[in-house]
Amino acid sequence: MQFWIIQGLNSLSLGGLLFLLSSGFSLIFGLMRLANLTHGAFFMLGTYFGAAALRSYSGLNIWVTALGAGIAVAAIGGLFERMVLTRLKTNPLGQVLVTLGMSFIISDACLMLWGGDPIPVPTPQSLQSPTRVYGFVFPTYRLVLVGCAIGVAIVLYFLLERTRLGAMIRAGVDDRQMARAVGIPVSNLFTVVFCLGAGIAGAGGVLGGPLLSAYPGLDADMLPLALIVVILGGIGSLLGAFIGSFVVGFTYTFGTALFPELAYIILFLPMIFVIAFRPQGLFGRVGA
Amino acid sequence: MKWIGITLIAASLLLPPLFAGDFYINLASQILIAAIFALSLNLLVGFGGMTSLGHASYLGVAAYISALLTSRYGFGHGTAAIISIVGTTATAALFGVIALRTTGLGFLMITLALSQVLWGLAYRMSNVTNGDNGIAGLTRPTPFGISLDSAASFYWFALLVATFACLMMTIFVSSAFGSSLKGVRDQPRRMAALGFNPWMIRWITFTYAGLWGGVSGLLYVYYNKYIHPTSLSTTSSAEALLGVIAGGSGTLGGPVVGAALVLLLKNYASAYIERWNMLLGLVFLFIVLVMPRGIVPGVSSLTAALRDESR
Repeated sequence: MQFWIIQGLNSLSLGGLLFLLSSGFSLIFGLMRLANLTHGAFFMLGTYFGAAALRSYSGLNIWVTALGAGIAVAAIGGLFERMVLTRLKTNPLGQVLVTLGMSFIISDACLMLWGGDPIPVPTPQSLQSPTRVYGFVFPTYRLVLVGCAIGVAIVLYFLLERTRLGAMIRAGVDDRQMARAVGIPVSNLFTVVFCLGAGIAGAGGVLGGPLLSAYPGLDADMLPLALIVVILGGIGSLLGAFIGSFVVGFTYTFGTALFPELAYIILFLPMIFVIAFRPQGLFGRVGA
Repeated sequence: MKWIGITLIAASLLLPPLFAGDFYINLASQILIAAIFALSLNLLVGFGGMTSLGHASYLGVAAYISALLTSRYGFGHGTAAIISIVGTTATAALFGVIALRTTGLGFLMITLALSQVLWGLAYRMSNVTNGDNGIAGLTRPTPFGISLDSAASFYWFALLVATFACLMMTIFVSSAFGSSLKGVRDQPRRMAALGFNPWMIRWITFTYAGLWGGVSGLLYVYYNKYIHPTSLSTTSSAEALLGVIAGGSGTLGGPVVGAALVLLLKNYASAYIERWNMLLGLVFLFIVLVMPRGIVPGVSSLTAALRDESR
């Protein structure tokens, strides 16, 4: 029983992390029709920023660090979008290739700056003691992480559904040309959404640090997970990213715990199943 | 003019083993292997309009099957080669069924995701694949009793296979089927209206490209006598894709030139700096921003312009 509950919680916390990673990916894909292959690298960059900051200043609060790293990564993402991606507006394949190139550059830069050994990120002091519920012991940090992901989901939901900016983004996702025609500055929205997505991924990287620690190849581990989440949930759909993240969180965690060698194959079963019957994903409105 | 070109190419392919040192002969063998791989990817990217980011899967699967069968299960090279080519083609056929449910960016993401599965398997399933240690101590085959252990003999072998592969792929794209493939790339709806089955055309091409990817994988493992999960990684797929795009996708010569350039760059750069991945990323940015159509189309349009000028 303890096993199932603990693994269930691990699944939830991984799902939460995946949501932080893939919600931005999904928004960017939905609006810009761009598979941002740099997204895993943004996440990893966040983790390394967090690891570096938290290890050199021991009193630093992890939430402040996550915010700071998120802003830093968002700035890098914004620069990249403005300087490179906008030049390739008419060349979608080229855009994907430069995001791939950028991910190589970032991951190699991390390797150069921080070396090849994994850097553990300390769990915040106040969240280290376990929480007891009905005689079961839970790691507090993981619970908080799930709450944090749900919080981000709610904020994003309100941003998209209840604000003017969100209405413009939704219009851009549904029909970019029509949105342009009624005077929505879609190109500026691209930058905003790209920064937002990169920022959430960077902040998520910091928050995921205590679970995953910063290591070279983290980007290559996370990117496929984001891809699966988005293919599963449907492109450009926040709800899809949310549900997809937890589905992938559960399949991956239980797959690793029960069949460690086949975890990677089990992970892809839900995706293959969804593609077979619903190529646009569970909640997708637009085809990939 | 055409004959001069053909003679030059033939000479540059046939002469190296006669006077060059082993280092350069080996480099030439590697270029041949990369060229087969890039050409097979080009069937998808250039002629089919299907940008795959998971083509290393087929190279890796063929190499791993051959390595496992010969080193662990005592198969002969001939049988192992046949099984690994059949296995790779079957893998491609299966992956094609999954990935071709979508087109465009969805296709790209699914091929990437599927290749990551194989990479993950090669890495994590260590009791079969030996994980991060890779499989070492492999041997080269001895077709008709000829040893391929010297650099020159392996070069001849690779050249033979590469010529055959190149011929088969050229026939494929210049056949009627190749024309329908280009039709599906440019106008899938019209092709469907004309009674063609775009899905089937794409799937056959995908499987066929997997087959030649597998052939290059076999040569790869024969050449290196070693296989490691990195051969299956995204970097490996991306290098091939860069070669195809840098050289010029949708041409027959382009991918060969591109693959050769990437390989030479990798070999020379790694002698001076460690940062191959960063350089690869920068080259990606450069090629896409500056030469989006690739080197070969760029150069041929330049020479065409010069010819018009001189007239």
